[in-house]
Amino acid sequence: MTITRRSMLTLSVGAAFGVVAGMRSGPASATAEDAMAKVMEFTGGTEPATGTITLDAPEIAENGNTVPVSVSVESPMTADDYVESVVIYADGNPSPDVITFNFTPMSGEASATTRMRLAKTQNVIAVAKTSTGQVFMDKKEVKVTIGGCGG
Amino acid sequence: MASVKPRVKVPKSASAGEVITIKTLISHPMESGQRKDGDGNPIPRQIINTFTCEFNGQTVFSCDIEPAVSANPYLEFTAKVGEAGTFKFTWVDDDGSVYTEEKEIALN
Repeated sequence: MTITRRSMLTLSVGAAFGVVAGMRSGPASATAEDAMAKVMEFTGGTEPATGTITLDAPEIAENGNTVPVSVSVESPMTADDYVESVVIYADGNPSPDVITFNFTPMSGEASATTRMRLAKTQNVIAVAKTSTGQVFMDKKEVKVTIGGCGG
Repeated sequence: MASVKPRVKVPKSASAGEVITIKTLISHPMESGQRKDGDGNPIPRQIINTFTCEFNGQTVFSCDIEPAVSANPYLEFTAKVGEAGTFKFTWVDDDGSVYTEEKEIALN
């Protein structure tokens, strides 16, 4: 069969359409379920308690590219009883992981601050794990006016 | 990366047993891998993925850092000082580059 210019055109338009239809419109985001699954992975299956850990994040972030976030966990921070790590998740970002802070008794206090990117309004979750096997969690919703994922 | 610069703020001295606050900043674009260039091609990820603070050779504090941490990553944390010595700060880039800074602290 001769390939006419018309059939070539129809074929290529059809292929292009198929490619475009298959593309997502933007970065996919995590869901609250993805973030909770990560929390349970971090805790090794133990349901975290509330209290003892405080997550500080603004109620409204004007710039999603740089949102200050702090965590603080009450702990004696002695060799027998100290906070080993605190992990932060953002449940509406393309990926929920943000940062893991690893403490030692030499930290003195289990507290740390950083700045994170939030793609849109979502929950920020902090989970602490201590050397004695305890786990604690705090969660805050941060409203984001201008998203910070470069999209 | 020519423009990567660490800046650290550590008190000049502390009393034994005092908990001090350390502030660190490093200039780095923290390319998340989510952005696209003008032609629509994804810009590859390149971030600082690890930070470590040691005191007299012992690890005090460290971070595992993901692309959701903002450009020019700021990290503030505490350390309990028992003796005079040297803090060493290390940042590791995805491309294997290692950036370091050191600060001395005296005992009151």
